[in-house]
Amino acid sequence: MELLNIEGTPKTPTIVLNPSTGVIDIKGRSIPENSIEFYRPVVEWLDEYIKNPQSNTVVNVQLEYFNTSSSKCILDVFKKLETLKKNQKDVVINWYYEEDDEDMLEAGEDYESIIKVPFKMIQIVD
Amino acid sequence: MSDNSSKKPMSEFLSECYAKMHKGNIIVAYKGEINATIIADTLGLIEAKLSDEHVDNQVRKKLYNVLVECLQNLYHHVDIVPGSNDNQGNGTFVLSKTSEGFYIATGNMVKSSKISILKEKIDKINSLSKDELKEFYKFVLNNQTFSEKGGGGLGLIDIARKTGNKLKYSFTPFNDDYSFFYLNVLVSE
Repeated sequence: MELLNIEGTPKTPTIVLNPSTGVIDIKGRSIPENSIEFYRPVVEWLDEYIKNPQSNTVVNVQLEYFNTSSSKCILDVFKKLETLKKNQKDVVINWYYEEDDEDMLEAGEDYESIIKVPFKMIQIVD
Repeated sequence: MSDNSSKKPMSEFLSECYAKMHKGNIIVAYKGEINATIIADTLGLIEAKLSDEHVDNQVRKKLYNVLVECLQNLYHHVDIVPGSNDNQGNGTFVLSKTSEGFYIATGNMVKSSKISILKEKIDKINSLSKDELKEFYKFVLNNQTFSEKGGGGLGLIDIARKTGNKLKYSFTPFNDDYSFFYLNVLVSE
């Protein structure tokens, strides 16, 4: 399996999916008009990864902004991770938010209440 | 709007609709085609303008988020009136500042057949408390399938939730088939 590296743009995040370390990074802004198209390769990569995953998968989500169209796709990504958990693998989602960004913290808590994977809320300190 | 509105040419009708959207000091006003490039350019422009002003970081982020949803709502839901030309535009928005905060007004033509569904949805959102909105958002996020247009039906719920304010709206009939949909939200400061 190959590493997938998607470079960020003003409307889409930088995404790095590393099969040999089990680390997944999603960072930046996610506000594309067509989120399904943007997230399709990520979801496809995860479909492959969960067949032969690392024993420990760490997902770092550090988004500055995301639109509601992306929120559905992010949920789809997280739902793939639930499968790892079901298969007795360790998974953690590190959800980063800026100190004064209550909306971003709340968005993470929304996902935490829907997805059966452990979340860690991490405040970014400058 | 009186019954003779349908007799007006579209340009005159739209000018009257636009005139009602202005409130306070205008930061950015736009009318015309709404596409992905226009949205990106507008967001860039507004971001630059806001960084010049002394806006609290939390308000700035909220405003940016709500703007994205408002503009993308326009992008996904503008209905083109048959026979209208490009110069008349098909969507409009105004960002303005008052002592209360920032107002984001959007306007676009919609098929009149959509009014009842849209009205019902906004009225429902406006009737919900903060906690009920959170639950409604999570329910739609987890249960509703994506529309082809890319909208998850979450935009308006998210706008209401993030602003904590009611969504103000109106429909002004243009002719038998189309109406001007006006939406106005306040990001309080």
